Amino acid sequence: MTEEIIIAGFGGQGVLSMGKIMAYSGVMQDMEVSWMPSYGPEMRGGTANVIVILSNERISSPIIRHFDTGIILNQQSLDKFEEAIKPGGVLIYDGNGITRHPVRKDIRIYRVDAAEEASRLKSPKTYNMIVLGGFLRIKPVLTLENVIKGLRKSLPERYHKLIPENEKSLLRGEEIIKEVKVN
Amino acid sequence: MERELRLMKGNEAVAEAAIRAGADGYFGYPITPQSEILEYLMEANPYTTTGMVVLQAESEIAAINMVYGGAGCGKKVMTSSSSPGISLKQEGITYMAGAELPCVVVNVVRGGPGLGTIQPSQSDYFQAVKGGGHGDYHLIVLAPASVQEMADFVGLGFDLAFKYRNPVMILSDGAIGQMMEKVWLSPQKERSKTVPGWATTGKPAGRERNIITSLELDPDRQEVFNRKLVVKYNEIRANEVRCEEFSCEDAEYLMVAYGTSARVCQKAVELARAQGIKAGLLRPITLFPFPSAPINKLAEKVRLILTVEMSAGQMIEDVLLSVSGKVPVYHYGRMGGVVPTPDEVVDCLKTKIIGG
Repeated sequence: MTEEIIIAGFGGQGVLSMGKIMAYSGVMQDMEVSWMPSYGPEMRGGTANVIVILSNERISSPIIRHFDTGIILNQQSLDKFEEAIKPGGVLIYDGNGITRHPVRKDIRIYRVDAAEEASRLKSPKTYNMIVLGGFLRIKPVLTLENVIKGLRKSLPERYHKLIPENEKSLLRGEEIIKEVKVN
Repeated sequence: MERELRLMKGNEAVAEAAIRAGADGYFGYPITPQSEILEYLMEANPYTTTGMVVLQAESEIAAINMVYGGAGCGKKVMTSSSSPGISLKQEGITYMAGAELPCVVVNVVRGGPGLGTIQPSQSDYFQAVKGGGHGDYHLIVLAPASVQEMADFVGLGFDLAFKYRNPVMILSDGAIGQMMEKVWLSPQKERSKTVPGWATTGKPAGRERNIITSLELDPDRQEVFNRKLVVKYNEIRANEVRCEEFSCEDAEYLMVAYGTSARVCQKAVELARAQGIKAGLLRPITLFPFPSAPINKLAEKVRLILTVEMSAGQMIEDVLLSVSGKVPVYHYGRMGGVVPTPDEVVDCLKTKIIGG
């Protein structure tokens, strides 16, 4: 099994840390992992993205242009990466602030309104965990148990008290994600 | 102590590996995309555990001269930077090569020339392998292609540096520095309590002064020294070549690539083979000494060679020398901080196969 994922959105949405938690979770699950961020001046206030690869085999290139799954959290990233998803692949996006929705018919498209849900839960910091929960529902490549272990490894110890809140958000994400049909 | 598994950036792995290798000192100056090395060491504060000194110098030039001083005292010392900063260090590096001092210099290469970009590149190959500074000298150049090798090559680098009394460069790039992968860390090694016999640590009674210098006023004596270096470099060429082959057994088309490009080419080999093209990859791990003999041997049986580099074509010159015209050699490269994709490489290979 190899899962090649791009996560993209605004800096501050937790794009890189979501990728890091996925990578750590993969390590907990005894998988090979790579985490390749876009880095540079564009990260300050602009868009951020990270390529995460989870695999049971040795990972060849950590830098790729086509993905099994795109997790897309803003309009610019949707415009840029919708085309980068492999035919038959999965696109997960947050509808918040999206005016041009995805149009491809050869991929499966899901919407997880995580921004709205995070605000309802009064838990803006676990926004990315809602998104991750949605992903795990569609692509159960990581077990929830290993994701919690990954969180534990990824978060500094002083934030470990927040893990139950993160878990709640993960579960909420699993519930609210829904498939979108393109006509 | 057991080996330890962690998820780390390449830069962080270099820093942690330096502590664990029992390094005595690190001297550096921040520059993207390698600042995490200095940041990690500052935070780890190994002075309180192993006694390793970590110091942010006032400039790259100061840092390399601190390395010169530390190495002259027989200590395991290192520095790191990225392309423009490595250019600043060249005077110190050639002095150390001339004074036969061991050290590890890490270059996390970014796009150039000049200040260039901060994204990954391999455009410092010539600088690392063919000199960089002035004079007839060579660095031993190691090219990691994973976070694991970023960690492993620090210890290996120190071993080679002390074995041959020669500076070692770890030639990495922004992608390997910034990406995270699993890494097995070696157990903590103790810092050496002794120094080599040549170290300048004060003259005890009963032996001549140790002198460390790269200056000689008599050309005949300088030539004797130059010949000694040539002998040393030939010994390194004979003993230290390292490379890795992927799917080369039945390959008809050979790619040669190091570092990040080698990772891209591994995927390109998989994609090409899925399309029925018998591709293989030779990955040089040491760039000096260059794996000329293995490449020459493969040139006997493949139809063409494609070198893939994030540059305008630098390593290709060493590949051409290695194959002595036995087989056509082509270059595919991206520049300025752009990383080639596996698909592009396969497309290029196909074009070359049909004679484009």
